[in-house]
Amino acid sequence: MSRFFADARLVAAKDLRIEARSRVLLNQVAPFALLVLVLFGFALDADQRTLRAFAPGLFWVAVLFCALLAIQRSVSVEQADGALTGLRLSGMSPAALFVGKASAVFVQLVVLEVLLTAGIIVLYGSEVEQPLLVVATGLLAAVAVACTGTLYGALASGLGVRETLLPILLLPVLAPVLIGATRAFDDALGNAAVDGWAWLGLLAVFAVVATAGGALAHGALVDE
Amino acid sequence: MTETMETTDTTGSRGSRLLGVVTLLGLATLLLFAFALTEPDVRLHPTTGQEIGQFDAVRLLYLHVPLAVFTYVAFVLCAVASAGYLVKRTAWFDTMAYAAAEVGTVFCGLVLVTGSIWGRPVWNTWWEWGDVRLMTTLVLFLMFTGYLALRRATVDPRASARRGAVVALVAVLDLPIVNRSVEWWENRTLHQKSTLGELKIQDLTLFTLMLGFLVLGLVLAWLLLHRFRVGWLEREDAGHGVATAIAERRADIDEGDVDAAVGEGA
Repeated sequence: MSRFFADARLVAAKDLRIEARSRVLLNQVAPFALLVLVLFGFALDADQRTLRAFAPGLFWVAVLFCALLAIQRSVSVEQADGALTGLRLSGMSPAALFVGKASAVFVQLVVLEVLLTAGIIVLYGSEVEQPLLVVATGLLAAVAVACTGTLYGALASGLGVRETLLPILLLPVLAPVLIGATRAFDDALGNAAVDGWAWLGLLAVFAVVATAGGALAHGALVDE
Repeated sequence: MTETMETTDTTGSRGSRLLGVVTLLGLATLLLFAFALTEPDVRLHPTTGQEIGQFDAVRLLYLHVPLAVFTYVAFVLCAVASAGYLVKRTAWFDTMAYAAAEVGTVFCGLVLVTGSIWGRPVWNTWWEWGDVRLMTTLVLFLMFTGYLALRRATVDPRASARRGAVVALVAVLDLPIVNRSVEWWENRTLHQKSTLGELKIQDLTLFTLMLGFLVLGLVLAWLLLHRFRVGWLEREDAGHGVATAIAERRADIDEGDVDAAVGEGA
């Protein structure tokens, strides 16, 4: 078991090291995230009240768009020079490989969420009323998106049409995460009188199923 | 490697032709009953005496309800066959899963279209956000559109089968969560509860609805049968191509090259 986590940590550290050195997240994905917030501002006529009312939904749509980029990136680093074959031959379990890849995506998503939270506070004038709920929602939704995304990234890997296929495969499956996280944020930002903690329960169920299901299914996918 | 057991130039057989004729006649009968012989839904309001009800729009339900039920049947079949494939890894399960997904997606699209057309006069809207079944069916449709795109994009048949099986299982597992989340999201539904149990609907209406179930069940079976056979032939054809290519390459390469290649790879 300790071997499992050591392997997973190794893979995650490798992916994060690649990100730290290539700076794709910092130089491309993060500016894109802010750009999306600005575009929503243009589309909704820069009306601060409208933007504030819809901030939770806009926030999570922006997270999903950025997640797609992060996942594409996570898949493409394994495509070059047959890196995935190397990982498979290394003898580590596909589940450990999955947990490692998903953890790296998770860390990147959390960074993006922090940035986007600052973005909606500054640009849309949102106020965080329940910081604990914001943090818990952000973490659970990031687990759900990272695990589902990593599994679907593996599904679409090696295909010429990966970039266009991944969104239509992944986004419908993540519909409950979008709904749940948006409603939880509605409560946390004081936008609507809903029970955000109940929605957190749904996110938790999704995150657990995605982690367990992804780890199990990943074996069937990478051993092609 | 893969020899065709019998060479046919059609996916039809005597049985399937008979099934086809029965299905088409059944479909014509169903349309006759649904659109001509049954009465439109008109009731009188108990106090004001005004005419209320669904009027002619109710006729669409004879198609819509059975289509919806068989959409779910097809997708469950796809999920079961996908699970079967992951356990047994046989071509039969994979071909069945692909066929069921394709026919199910067509049915699902028809459910959404007929529902939308029916909803315009009855609910006074083409689309109702917040309606649980509507949203669940739409997400299901989108997930299986993705499934079909994935299957078409994957060239290697074994990879296509494995990946498809995982997507189908995830889609079906995700469905209850989608359903829950939409229900909590708006917590309201416009969909009428089933009136079958209370037997409130009249004899001819009930008969037509039952006929709808029977006929659309036959349509599903007929389409599945042919789609399965087409899938099977495609697989045989692909297997043929690969076997021929391998044989040709074998004839070209002499043994020294093979040893060198193996040595390099190891």
